[in-house]
Amino acid sequence: MKQKMMIKKRLVLQKIWFSAFRLAVLINGAALCVMVYFILSRGFRAISWEFISQAPRDSMTAGGILPCIVGTICLCLMTLFVALPIGVASAIYLNEYATQGKLVRFIRLGINNLAGVPSIVFGLFGLAFFCIVFKMGVSIASGGLTLGIMTLPVIIGASEEALRAVPNTYREASLAMGATQWQTIKNVVLPTAFPGIITGSILGISRAAGETAPIMYTGAVFFTPDLPSSILDEVMALPYHIYVLATAGTQIEATRHLQYGTALVLIVLVFGMNFFAIILRSKMRKKMRI
Amino acid sequence: MQGIIKLHTQNLDFFYGNFQALHQISIKFLQNKVTALIGPSGCGKSTYLRCLNRMNDLIPGIKVKGRAMLGTEDIYDPSIDVVSLRRRVGMVFQKPNPFPKSIFENIAYGLKVNGVKDRAKITAIVEKSLKQAAIWDEVKDRLNETALGLSGGQQQRLCIARALAVDPEVLLMDEPASALDPIATQKIEELIAELSPRLTIIIVTHNMQQAARVSDRTAFFYMGKLIELNDTDTLFTKPELKQTEDYITGRFG
Repeated sequence: MKQKMMIKKRLVLQKIWFSAFRLAVLINGAALCVMVYFILSRGFRAISWEFISQAPRDSMTAGGILPCIVGTICLCLMTLFVALPIGVASAIYLNEYATQGKLVRFIRLGINNLAGVPSIVFGLFGLAFFCIVFKMGVSIASGGLTLGIMTLPVIIGASEEALRAVPNTYREASLAMGATQWQTIKNVVLPTAFPGIITGSILGISRAAGETAPIMYTGAVFFTPDLPSSILDEVMALPYHIYVLATAGTQIEATRHLQYGTALVLIVLVFGMNFFAIILRSKMRKKMRI
Repeated sequence: MQGIIKLHTQNLDFFYGNFQALHQISIKFLQNKVTALIGPSGCGKSTYLRCLNRMNDLIPGIKVKGRAMLGTEDIYDPSIDVVSLRRRVGMVFQKPNPFPKSIFENIAYGLKVNGVKDRAKITAIVEKSLKQAAIWDEVKDRLNETALGLSGGQQQRLCIARALAVDPEVLLMDEPASALDPIATQKIEELIAELSPRLTIIIVTHNMQQAARVSDRTAFFYMGKLIELNDTDTLFTKPELKQTEDYITGRFG
């Protein structure tokens, strides 16, 4: 009888814990659903062809957000251009080449700390360094470089994880045939790790797409109706535009639907990138059958 | 047994950090003969095998003493080119490890990294290597399909073909059949017999019947030492030492 009680008690305990875990997941999913619903229901009204194909007009109380969309895409491309090569190269060095020791541990610690730096600090650094010292001004270049540095730890992390997932037996097989270490990395290790690297990188960039603080001094401006023609041009950007409309305009209440509409476009853009990354990875994995 | 000495080590010591894994190993490997290395797990036979093409170099903190010679060249001479040494001393691993590439690309890989560009030549060598490894008939219609779709036994023969493609002088095999079923194992053993007249083969195996079946000479390792080395027939029928006899009759190990 006593033993039966014991078993029952253990099962009840298990049920309680698993319910708690399930609740945590439900809260997570609910938060996402509520947020998306909230923005969708309020922003839906603003979406029209004009909204995504025209520049703002009447002191940004009407018209569209095309310059913001283009600006954010330009900043993302610049970020990718900066962070992907440096990030992947760093990961290859740290994971494939460097002798694992104190120095590498120190570098890794540095990278992890870089990931913890608040984004406003990146913004101020970018302003001081790229805009002023390197005289690039407020531009796609400055903003992209700032976002690029901020995204580096994410890309290095994702790339290192992808490289670590490449079985050592591939490296051994290649070396045993008289390939050099670089040939092994280039022909066997990188192609195998590529899906993971590219997916991790796109996820990192999509995170950067939504950042406001790093670009508000370095790349994005309050208002410009022109689309950029070079990387030294300033741009409007979606997250900064939301911030401006919601806090700095004279007609905050009147532009409410535009704010939600912009937020909706930004979310669609970010989800789109993430979705693309996931599809791309599963396609490439299928092709290699790993 | 008489013959030309292709590869030999003299008083080879090997250390992982402070742990000495091999003690004074001296073996002469005869050209175009199969030598089997047997012994219980952890006896150092795989470590020894990996000394012969310097695969152990990948592990940090190792140290090698003594001599290892390929023909007249010192394998551990600082001036030797490790990359070309590994081309001459090929290796097949315990677990089949084809690259996630097509069957054709797997075989062509070694040629490409060694600078062969002539497409016709590559195609010819791919076919020849697959035939040598007795897998051509099974894969000739699917050369552009991924090698990971093959069965375990086919993958291992593909790996042997891949190693043969760069025309090595010596082939090291580290328990090549231990992850395979009996039928696939038999095919690998037949393959070793077919290759041996033209290739010096050194095979590590846990399976004593396999050593007896495939090898001309057998070396018995125990606790990092070479205990006995002899013609396979002699070692398995009239071992000189009690320790060897106990192992091959299954009384320990």
